[in-house]
Amino acid sequence: MRKIYWGAVLALMLAGCGAPREAVTIHERNAIPDNLSDWHVVEAIDGKLALNDRVTPYDLNTALFTDYAHKLRTVWMPEGSSAAYGEDDFDYPVGTIISKTFYYPLAADGSVLKTDDYSQDFAGSGLNLKKVKLIETRMLVKRADGWQALPYVWNEAQTDAVLEIAGDATRLQLASDDGSSEGFTYVVPDANQCSGCHADNHTQKATRPIGPRARHLNKDYAYQGGTENQLLYWQQVGYLSGLPELAQVPHNVSYSDTSVSLEERARSYLDINCGHCHNPKGAADTSGLMLYSAEHNMRRLGVCKPPVAAGTGSGDRLFAIVPGSPDASILNFRVESTDPGAMMPELGRSLVHKEGTELLKEWIATMPGNCS
Amino acid sequence: MKAPVKLGVAIIAALAAACSQDNGNSNGAPEASAASADFQKQLLKQLIQAQPGDVIEIPEGHYQLNRSLSLNVDGVTIRGAGMDKTILSFKDQIQGAEGLLVNASDFTLEDLAIEDTIGDALKVNEGKNIIIRNIRVEWTNGPSTENGAYGIYPVQTENTLLEGNVAIGASDAGIYVGQSRNVIVRNNRAEFNVAGIEIENTIGADVYDNVATNNTGGILVFNMPNLPQPGHSTRVYNNKVYKNNTDNFGHDGTPVAAVPAGSGVVINSNDYVEIFNNEISDNDTANVIVSSYFAAGYYSDKSTQENFDPYPEGIYIYNNTFTGGGTSPDHMELKALKIAKFGLTGSLPDVMWDGAVDKKKMVDGKLPDDLKLCIENEGVGIINVDVMNNYKNITTDVTQHHCSLKKLPQIVLDFDNKQEAPQEEQHAVNEVTDA
Repeated sequence: MRKIYWGAVLALMLAGCGAPREAVTIHERNAIPDNLSDWHVVEAIDGKLALNDRVTPYDLNTALFTDYAHKLRTVWMPEGSSAAYGEDDFDYPVGTIISKTFYYPLAADGSVLKTDDYSQDFAGSGLNLKKVKLIETRMLVKRADGWQALPYVWNEAQTDAVLEIAGDATRLQLASDDGSSEGFTYVVPDANQCSGCHADNHTQKATRPIGPRARHLNKDYAYQGGTENQLLYWQQVGYLSGLPELAQVPHNVSYSDTSVSLEERARSYLDINCGHCHNPKGAADTSGLMLYSAEHNMRRLGVCKPPVAAGTGSGDRLFAIVPGSPDASILNFRVESTDPGAMMPELGRSLVHKEGTELLKEWIATMPGNCS
Repeated sequence: MKAPVKLGVAIIAALAAACSQDNGNSNGAPEASAASADFQKQLLKQLIQAQPGDVIEIPEGHYQLNRSLSLNVDGVTIRGAGMDKTILSFKDQIQGAEGLLVNASDFTLEDLAIEDTIGDALKVNEGKNIIIRNIRVEWTNGPSTENGAYGIYPVQTENTLLEGNVAIGASDAGIYVGQSRNVIVRNNRAEFNVAGIEIENTIGADVYDNVATNNTGGILVFNMPNLPQPGHSTRVYNNKVYKNNTDNFGHDGTPVAAVPAGSGVVINSNDYVEIFNNEISDNDTANVIVSSYFAAGYYSDKSTQENFDPYPEGIYIYNNTFTGGGTSPDHMELKALKIAKFGLTGSLPDVMWDGAVDKKKMVDGKLPDDLKLCIENEGVGIINVDVMNNYKNITTDVTQHHCSLKKLPQIVLDFDNKQEAPQEEQHAVNEVTDA
């Protein structure tokens, strides 16, 4: 007890002085702490969610949609170790800790804001706790025998997050710029559901990071020291080895970047939102529908493909994608639904992603051909 | 083997402790919902933290759950106190596409009910050595398009036993085995589903001693295109398949939505299927339908992988008892056909065949014997509706189907001690294991 007490005091003092904090701590698989703060990766200190030394933030060309939540993603690796580059997947060293904190910008009345503007969220090297509502921090920890997924849920006072392996559900009110507002239930997935998405090879069941892969990371990030390509930055700080020339590295596009083709935008969107299940080894290979970036066969991508076991999810439509007719396409029906029995993805959203579904509509509307 | 964990007992004890501290809070309702929330959290935790060999016992009780359950650990048994005693109700489900989703091998689920899930009731997605026994899956408001799609739904599994289950009200299939291998479905009851029991893209299934009644279609053996595994070799025997006359309430676009109400046993695009020793009666369209993917109306070059084989081949129907049926077919063209061919008071024959055959496989204008539709069933008639030529040459000539096929081997599951040893002398060794 005494030791913990003094440790806490020391940490507070150090934080107060802006001096170094306790180092990032790797806890064993079977000794997971109840409190997120015990990892010393991201912690609520001095009115901000602060990143520890060498905890590196990153983002993705196109990210998975989660009820308009903002996300602060970080990666940390033990000193002297680095991830080995792979075109599809990096080989991360044992001890790697990836964190993703889900939060919303906060309105004055306590509701949360629907906005793409991240600029108000940050205070120096972390999130400004006066301006945001923290929901959950998901941790992925690389063990010798694979990744472990750990969901932590933030307390009301935003002082710490507590391990909730059974997940959680919170009612939130989401306010838009136009003055409208809608209530919804934000659902924190349970630990099994984490691997439901993160085991993109469903047979092996191995949990893997989805976002931090070459094609998603290959973009610029505004680091404190200046803007730089994330992969080059990781290489510089020693987090990545074997990086080829950037021109050889695949990259997805931002789904909202109208300077690139509709096709690229839609495929990037489907890749990150659907490809972890809809790939030849994923949980959704039972459907025969492949939505990951490497699929080039149009029928497997859904064009004129009849459903197999969609049930309610068919929406009384005959094919996954009917070229030119988003309103006749099952794919559009499923991403526009919020019925848990019909919607896609199956987990991780209670709301429709309007901007994403509009993009998919536009893409299919301009697709040539027909199914007859 | 670990000691069974009695989930409910622990929760009830915890609640009792809470109540005694509370000094007689007599308001029952909030406690009930708190109990359900507690139960849900405890059950989720148990499933997440399960270790191989665990038995998770759920005592008698009616439990409300609003989030889906999942199990990813091999070697776990989940056991209730009986399909009418331990009831997991998902009436207010807010999350998850299933009631229980399992991705694990050596899994047993028995003696409980899963009711009113928003999507599928129980899905097992990949795994070996699966036993699902004495489970009831039900949508309690009866047949409705709003009901979840599948009741019991093992897909991409190997060595699977489904027995003693009851499935009611699924808007697709009550019991659905997809893309699996080595399967036994026996002694189940399927009622008021669109499809009672469906075997799809599965290699090696024995379906026997089941009752399928009041579904749209009783027992279906299908092959769908665009999937990693085409299926074949299913035996459907000793079943009671009667009065499957419920109007089709499936969603348009789903394969079962094309099944006419009043279908007993339906084979679609699947090969090497035996139907024998069944009692099949009073299915208003036809007691047995043998058809190709062409008849489902979905076939086009654009919608179907190049190497998909839509023709049902090597179908063997023998020794069944057929009674009634065919008196009031679904679908306008079938109604018209019945009246034209058999009169207002007549009925379609017991076997309806769409007549589609693969011309590329013909030798001297005929299919080789082992690919034929063979019928050895006294007094049974057939109607070939000639779907490939827009119903031009409809015939009822049964003589060209008087033939026999080599019988399929029995399915044997190593963990199944109830089963008789395979009778080699009766069932010729069949090399059709993986076409």
